[in-house]
Parts: sequence; structure tokens; C-alpha cells
Amino acid sequence: MTGSLETTQGATTVTAPDVSGNGTWDVEARGVWKSFGSVPVLRGLNLRIAAGQRAVIVGPNGSGKTTLLKILATLLRPSAGAARVAGFDIRSQASEVRRNVGVLCHQTYLYSELTCLENLLFYARMYGVVDPPQRSREMLRLVGLEAQTDTLVRSLSRGMQQRLSLARAIIHEPLVLLLDEPDTGLDQRWAGVLSDLVAERAAQGGTTLLTTHNLERSLDLADRVAVLNRGRIVFSARREDLDVGSFKEAYGRHTGAAA
Amino acid sequence: MKGLLRTTLEPMGQGHRLLGAVALTLILAALVAVFIQAPTERHLGDVQRIFYFHVACAWTASLSFFLVFVGSFAYLRTRKTRWDVLAVSAAEVGVVFTGIALLTGSVWAKHAWGTWWEWEPRLTTTLLLWLIYVAYLMLRSAIPEASRRATFSAVFGIVGFVDVPIVFMSIRWWRSIHPAVVTGKGMDLDVAMYPAFFLSLAAFSLVFVYLLVLRTALERSHQRLEEMRRRATFHLGGEVSHG
Amino acid sequence: MWEALRKHTVAIPVPRLEGRLASFASQAMAVAAKDVRAELRTKEVASGTFIFALLVLVIFNFAFDLRTGDNRTLAGPGILWVSITLGAMMGLGHVFSKEREQGGIEGLLLCPVDRSAIYVGKFAAALLLTAAVELAILPLFALFTDLSVFLPPLLLTVVLGTIGFVAVGTLFSAMAVHIRTRELMLPLLLLPVAIPLIVAAIEGTRVGFEDKPWTDMLPWITILAAFDAVFLVLCPWLFQYVMEEMGS
Repeated sequence: MTGSLETTQGATTVTAPDVSGNGTWDVEARGVWKSFGSVPVLRGLNLRIAAGQRAVIVGPNGSGKTTLLKILATLLRPSAGAARVAGFDIRSQASEVRRNVGVLCHQTYLYSELTCLENLLFYARMYGVVDPPQRSREMLRLVGLEAQTDTLVRSLSRGMQQRLSLARAIIHEPLVLLLDEPDTGLDQRWAGVLSDLVAERAAQGGTTLLTTHNLERSLDLADRVAVLNRGRIVFSARREDLDVGSFKEAYGRHTGAAA
Repeated sequence: MKGLLRTTLEPMGQGHRLLGAVALTLILAALVAVFIQAPTERHLGDVQRIFYFHVACAWTASLSFFLVFVGSFAYLRTRKTRWDVLAVSAAEVGVVFTGIALLTGSVWAKHAWGTWWEWEPRLTTTLLLWLIYVAYLMLRSAIPEASRRATFSAVFGIVGFVDVPIVFMSIRWWRSIHPAVVTGKGMDLDVAMYPAFFLSLAAFSLVFVYLLVLRTALERSHQRLEEMRRRATFHLGGEVSHG
Repeated sequence: MWEALRKHTVAIPVPRLEGRLASFASQAMAVAAKDVRAELRTKEVASGTFIFALLVLVIFNFAFDLRTGDNRTLAGPGILWVSITLGAMMGLGHVFSKEREQGGIEGLLLCPVDRSAIYVGKFAAALLLTAAVELAILPLFALFTDLSVFLPPLLLTVVLGTIGFVAVGTLFSAMAVHIRTRELMLPLLLLPVAIPLIVAAIEGTRVGFEDKPWTDMLPWITILAAFDAVFLVLCPWLFQYVMEEMGS
């Protein structure tokens, strides 16, 4: 399912053709500003991700990637602007947004004194999942932590915790999955599992938005890529129109940094 | 000195100055009424005159705490900063007036009962209220982020105010179980005392309003400054160096 | 697979009232169960709180000789409640500590859960913890003072007093978590507000010790019940506003 990732640069709007003709946007952000105190992090950001897309946003440190994800997940309120996720407004319909969004961040949101299963059971109950025990065990199998079902989280390695956190993020089968630099902390094998998961989601119509540092990896995972710099989307293209070289060049050009 | 006076009076418009003038007049009138016009009380003599100021302060203090509640509640519902401005201004001025009420109460106690402090219902309740609103101000000073500060202090402001009647009831009952050596004020208000009493009430109320208006103006200027600073960084689109 | 869901995105029916209440209750219970389970594993908060309350009790024993008749009923109730209050406050400081570990309370906030349900769950867990500590302290108090503590009216006072204290304490604990001087902030906020509760609890306990008729306790029970009723309604509502400030 293809669609378009729209950007706004200055006053002109650059829109790639909407091939799907269906025009459903799972993520829409319009003029989003976010300041912390007097420091603006997001400056009038515009973003649209169509249903079923795998979108990857790359950008240097401090460009606002994590802030953007947190706003889309309703963890932060924008200072100005509007956004809709899964068709719901993040301000007035926050609860519905949360029901349909899964988030994987630097923090694992896991409880170190509980076992893997207990953690998943807890989140399953909080999301109102239909059969928490069954679903939790399924997730543990999916991320390969079946052997650690009854192990306390504090005894797990960082990589295992990240995998468990991923299971937590998708336990309620969210429409939209937001991943903040998921490749840090995952070893090679599980990076592969992650991209398989993302591809499978896309095949079933789920939308995924990822942020990362790693340009090569981004091209592996994406249908669309975009570059975020200093609080705005400055470049975007379809995967098929790019190769590693041209992407690196575009990245360098727009951020003034080496990839 | 003149420069200082000028900068203090600058932000005040005509309305403020008029208000200040009226408040001052009333205070002078009240002073005359209290010290000259009002009759000397039978049992306690001249020191009893402090009673007029004490009650007036206590009344304005209660009013100010009510305003803290109104401001807090309205802020949580509307998220408009003007209500937070009202709440903090009322709390600050209120703490001052409560402090004065405590001091005047203490002077009264010394004269009426021979001790600078007595755990009687009114004094004790006043002290507790003072503690609650001091806690409010300390909470505010511990939170640098504007939005969080406003919300948390609004929450505490509501809890504090709702607590007041319960505090009053409990201290009253407590005192009835452990009667103090002395009982309450037990003083009748003679008609001749009415002018002093009501004039003090009116005068202090007006002074309170005047101070409140000044404080809210100050707070609003401060917040406007913050806003302007934030907007400047938007337009410049640049990083703000922060030390 | 999400196509069908998407078709309904604009018109997902709001669950019926019974459904909403049921999910509220199940989420609150999930939060409470999680806290209790985590605490049972480590027992660090419960034991620390208990030892602290015990220390207060012991120190007071040097301040007042609690064996002589008059002193016991005069100073006893106050000492008991100071010990309980200070201990409980130490415990309340940790209500949100486990969340703070890995990402703060964001993990909970990501869920489509009514913020009041989080409050109810946290309150229930904190109440259980405090009750456990009290269950351990009361017999020791009885031991030190040779006073009988397990009388129904007295226990009623303890129950009502604890409920009110924990109710307000849970709310303030959530606020204190985000303030730099958090250990200082919770007592600063909680104690002034809880004074009527403490006064009523002390007096109610004293009536229990002095073997006075039931009716003497009525004013104190009234105050405790009023405090509880008011704040059990107010605090969950105010908690929502506190949660909104967690992310930003």
C-alpha cells in the first residue's frame, strides 16, 4: 500500500502523488511547535504518513525526533499546532489515540521487580486486551523470550529488556507503532526480527514510524524516508527513488553534517 | 528615592492610584475611629483596640484564601494564566495579612491572658492556615516550569481551602475537650464600637484589594516578559545560549 | 488486518457504562496488584517504614515514661499517632518510586487508562502497605505501654485516620515525585493539611484508652469520616490534572 509523505519547506508545499487514491493518513501533524522553556525544539513541523506505510525519520541529535514521537504518543502536549494519529486528535481524543498506538522508547517502561510475564500481563490488562495470559505468552514467543517467562526483569540483559519492551509496545495490536531508535540495544539477530515484524505489519495494513541515526538501516526498513533537522522536516523521498549514496548526499546537504 | 518611587508607581494607571488614595483615606479614618472615637473597653482597657485590626486582618485573610481557591479551581478548568496570577497574588498577600492577624492576636493574648501564645481555637486555626499557605508558596518556589507550577499549586490550593472547615471543626472540638486556662474573647460589641469596627473592616479590605491589584500587575508583567522572551527565540529561529 | 478497524476509526462506539466501570475497576486492580506484588518481592519499603515507626516509638519512650498510669493515656495516643504518621509518610514517599525507575510514569500514561484508575490502584496499594505497618506497630505499642489497643472503637479510629492520610498522601506523592526537593516536599505539603485528621485520631484513640462511653468518640469519628469522604472524592479528580503535567 503506497501513499505519500508530504513535507512543507518554507511556503511551498511539496506533495508527492497519492498513488493509493485512498488518502487515509494514519499520522498527520500540522504546524507543530514545541518549546521547552524558551528553547524551541520543534518549529512548525508538518508531517503526513499514509496508512500501512513504513516511514523512517533520520536526523542529527537534538533535531527533535524523540520530542516528535512523544507528542504523537500523547505524552507531550505541543506548544502550538495540531496532530492526528490513527484518525484521532491528540488533544481532544487522547484516550482513543493511546488505544491505537504502541511506543518503543529509550526507556523500557518495565518494572524490574516483576517477571517478564507479569510485566506483559500488567500492560495487557491496562490496554484491555481480550485474553491477557494467552496474548502475553504469544508475545514472549514472538520476541524469543519464552525461556525468560518467569525471570525478573532486573536479571535481563539490556538487549532482552529491549525485546520485552517491544513486546509490551505491540501487545495490544496497535494501528500505529512508534519506534524511537529501536536499533540501539538490539543485537544483529533481533534487528532482523524487528524488520520482519515491521514488514509484516505493513503487509497487514499497520503503520510504523521509526526514528534512527543509521542511514543504511533506514533504507532497509522504509517505504518512505525523511530527514528532520532543527525541528522541521527538511527532506523526504520514497525508498525506491533513493540509494544509499544519494541519500547520504541529501542528508549531508540538508543538515550540514556528515552522515 | 524619587527614582524608586517613580518606577514603583509607573505600571499603575489612574485606576490604581485612585484605589490607593481611597484605601489610604479609609485607613486614616479607621485609625481615628479606633484610637479616638471608640470607647475604652470595660475590662481590658486600651489594648483592646488592637481587636479591630486583628479582626479586620483575619477577615481579609479568609477572603484571600477564598480567592486562592477560586483562582486555583478556575485555572484547572480553563488553563488561563490569569487565574494562576490571581491565586499566587492572593496567597502572598493573604500570608502577610494572616501573619499580621497572628501578631495582633498574640499581643491581645499577652494583654488578656498574660501569655504571648495560647492554643485557643481562633489563634490555632489561624496558625494552621498560615502554615498551609506558606506551604503553598514553598511549593511554588520549588517548581521552575511554569505550567507544572501553576497546576500543582492549583491542586494544593484547592486541597488547602477544602481543608479549612475541617481544621476549624477539629480545633474547636479539641479545645472543648481540653479547656484552656482562659476562654475565648467573650466580649460584647457595644453600638459605640460599630464605627471603629466597620471602618477597620472596610479599610483593611480595601488595602488588601489594592495590594492584590499591585501584585497581579507585577505577576502579569513578569509572565509577559517570559512570553516575549520565548517569542523572540521563535522568530530568530536560533538557539538561545543558556549559560 | 487493520483495514476493518480503520473503517470504524471515526465511529468507534463508546463502551457502555458497565463496560467502562468494569475496565476502570480492572485497571485499578491491575495497578494495585502490580505494586503489591513488587513490594512483596523486595519488602524494602514496608520494612524500612516499620523500623522507622518503631524507632520513633522507642525514642518517645525516653521522652515520656509510658508505664506510669497518667502518662499513658495523656501522652500515649499522641506518641502512637506521631509514630504512625511519620512512618506512613516515609512509605508514601515511595508510592511512585518504582515508576520513576524506568521512564517515570510515562509507561502508564501511554495506556488508555482513566487517570483516576491509576490513583485508585496506587491508593489501594499504599493503604495495604500502611495497614501492614500499623498491624506490626500496634502490638508493640501495647507492649511498651501495657495498654490494650485491639478494641473496636480504637481500631475504627485507626482505620478511618489511615484512609484519609493515605488518600491525600498519594496525591501529594505524585506531585512530589517531580520536584527536586521531593523528600522535603511531601511532609511540607501533607502535614499541615492532615493536622485535623491527626488531632481527631489522637483524641479518638484517647477516648478508647480511657474507657469512656462510645458516644464520646462521636465528634472525632465524624471529623475523620468527613475528611475521608471529602478527600476520597476530591483527590482522584485532582490527580488527573497532576498526571497531565507528567510528560511536559
